[in-house]
Amino acid sequence: MNKTVNQKAWFLILPVLVLVAFSAVIPLMTVVNYSVQDTFGNNQFFWAGLEWFEEMLASERMWDALGRQIVFSLIILAIEIPLGIFVALNMPKKGFWASLCLVLMSLPLLIPWNVVGTIWQIFGRVDIGLLGHTLAALGIDYNYTQDSTAAWITVIVMDVWHWTSLVALLAYAGLQSIPDAYYQAAKIDQASRWKVFRFIELPKIMGVLMIAILLRFMDSFMIYTEPFVVTGGGPGNATTFLSIDLVKMALGQFDLGPAAAFSIMYYLVILLVSYVFYTVMTNLDKRDGH
Amino acid sequence: MAKITLDNLAHSYLPKPVTEDDFALKELNLDWSDGEAYALLGASGCGKSTLLNIISGLLHPSQGRILFDDKDMTMAPTTQRNIAQVFQFPVVYDTMTVRDNLAFPLRNRGADPAYIQTRVQQIAAMIGMEDTLNRKARGLTADAKQKISLGRGMVREDVNALLFDEPLTVIDPHMKWELRTQLKSLHHEFGHTMIYVTHDQTEALTFADKVVVMYDGRVVQMGTPQELFETPEHTFVGYFIGSPGMNLMDADVKGDKAVIGGVEIALGKGFGTPTGKVELGVRPEFTSLQAGDSGLPVTIKRVEDVGRHKIVRTDFQGTEINVIAPEGGEISPDMNRIVFDTAGVNVYSDSWRVAPKVA
Repeated sequence: MNKTVNQKAWFLILPVLVLVAFSAVIPLMTVVNYSVQDTFGNNQFFWAGLEWFEEMLASERMWDALGRQIVFSLIILAIEIPLGIFVALNMPKKGFWASLCLVLMSLPLLIPWNVVGTIWQIFGRVDIGLLGHTLAALGIDYNYTQDSTAAWITVIVMDVWHWTSLVALLAYAGLQSIPDAYYQAAKIDQASRWKVFRFIELPKIMGVLMIAILLRFMDSFMIYTEPFVVTGGGPGNATTFLSIDLVKMALGQFDLGPAAAFSIMYYLVILLVSYVFYTVMTNLDKRDGH
Repeated sequence: MAKITLDNLAHSYLPKPVTEDDFALKELNLDWSDGEAYALLGASGCGKSTLLNIISGLLHPSQGRILFDDKDMTMAPTTQRNIAQVFQFPVVYDTMTVRDNLAFPLRNRGADPAYIQTRVQQIAAMIGMEDTLNRKARGLTADAKQKISLGRGMVREDVNALLFDEPLTVIDPHMKWELRTQLKSLHHEFGHTMIYVTHDQTEALTFADKVVVMYDGRVVQMGTPQELFETPEHTFVGYFIGSPGMNLMDADVKGDKAVIGGVEIALGKGFGTPTGKVELGVRPEFTSLQAGDSGLPVTIKRVEDVGRHKIVRTDFQGTEINVIAPEGGEISPDMNRIVFDTAGVNVYSDSWRVAPKVA
């Protein structure tokens, strides 16, 4: 078959090119531009080279935020992934209750992030919040505005409440695609519930689970709105995660250079992690196909 | 090993079945003798798999009882029934090796490791997978996966029954033959009760001692291949088994005479006066063509030479009648009469066979 060559077809990708240029490439280049220059206002810029990068790499503040960020993401994953799978395993398979469960599970995902933050901010208040007041009445010393442990717990519980549904829904979709014959064969083979999970369900949902882990890791690594609304990064710097710190630096202190260097490194870390996940996932696929 | 009895069994997938049509499996009574090989034959959707799943306990019947050696097992879970079942599509545990797959049912029942080792080796030899024992089951071909499923079904020696739900659908034709032969020899060796579901009559007739034919949720006949061939109890059996199937003609039957389309023929036996929709059923093997004046006048439409014999398709007043003629015989245009060998003539009333009256 002869292929028709028509170079004019390149024009067809022009809209996308323009869109991506304005939404991603140009902003990113602006940040790169800021990261290698210094300014004293008046739109006057001076070449600074890698100075800001060196400064940020030496900055204890960034390493602390990164440390908190990693701990936060790991805790989130360690809770949400098993919990999501557990919820998915116990959801009804079909009928009215299955639909109801799906709707209920989707609800937290549909709430705007700052509203989620506001809900929990009020929910946890000791004076008027249902949670905070109840805990105080029970004699538990809980105050997320002063106690950093309480602040961490609040932020984590909030994230679990907000996002476990996503993991559960993905795992549920994976579980639904397992043919009945597998469960029947397992019964015939007298496999225990644990073995059914270990040898049938887990291998079959591995693919979607990897996607769930990737999504949850990325989102939690970039989390901003919810903890910002609830704790504002406090008490002190206790819940100042990377993006909260970044916004403080860029918009609060107007340190454009260091903030730009910071965000580029932040971006590279995320890119690296995505790449690792992508490689692992495609390798999983290859193993399946062979 | 056990005798399996189905007592007034019926099943509906609806919560409150009302009419007979609501039942996927209509009321039936059936005995499966210990150690026999059965084939469950019928078209897709006739209730074969439903029946199988009820026997293995994956499904609990809406009514009736299942007895294993006269012990009521109707509500007993699958594990208590000690049954092996192989499904239509291969079920393997992807993350395990072939060896672990085969050993799985034994390990779950806490068998002795040394025994498992030797038994798995035996089964692997039987399904021809000794070389791949240490490979992961993931990524094997559908053929190989189904062989593993079969192997897992056969690995336990003490099962009450071995159930196969169209297990060879996904297997290559030449491998099909081989595996079926192996299943058969396995049956001779260990004497397990085997129930083999299929919609392929050749498979059913070659595998089984007894064939159970199902039609529309009903068991219409249980018998040896010979019985199914010679005396089909239901017109469906006549039509479904045989190639081509039985010829069926509307007829008026009185005693030992039948009138078909105005032509009277002798039946050789008395059948009384059957009522309802009366049909005459004669297999093509008992039908022959001849010249002359006696018999049913037909026009020959087509002759198909299949090598072993010729199939002659003829038309009798709009009804197709097939004749199997010997390979050597000449078929001339003046052979326009059909006669039946009275030994192979069956009479049906509303699709069910009417037994001949003993004179």
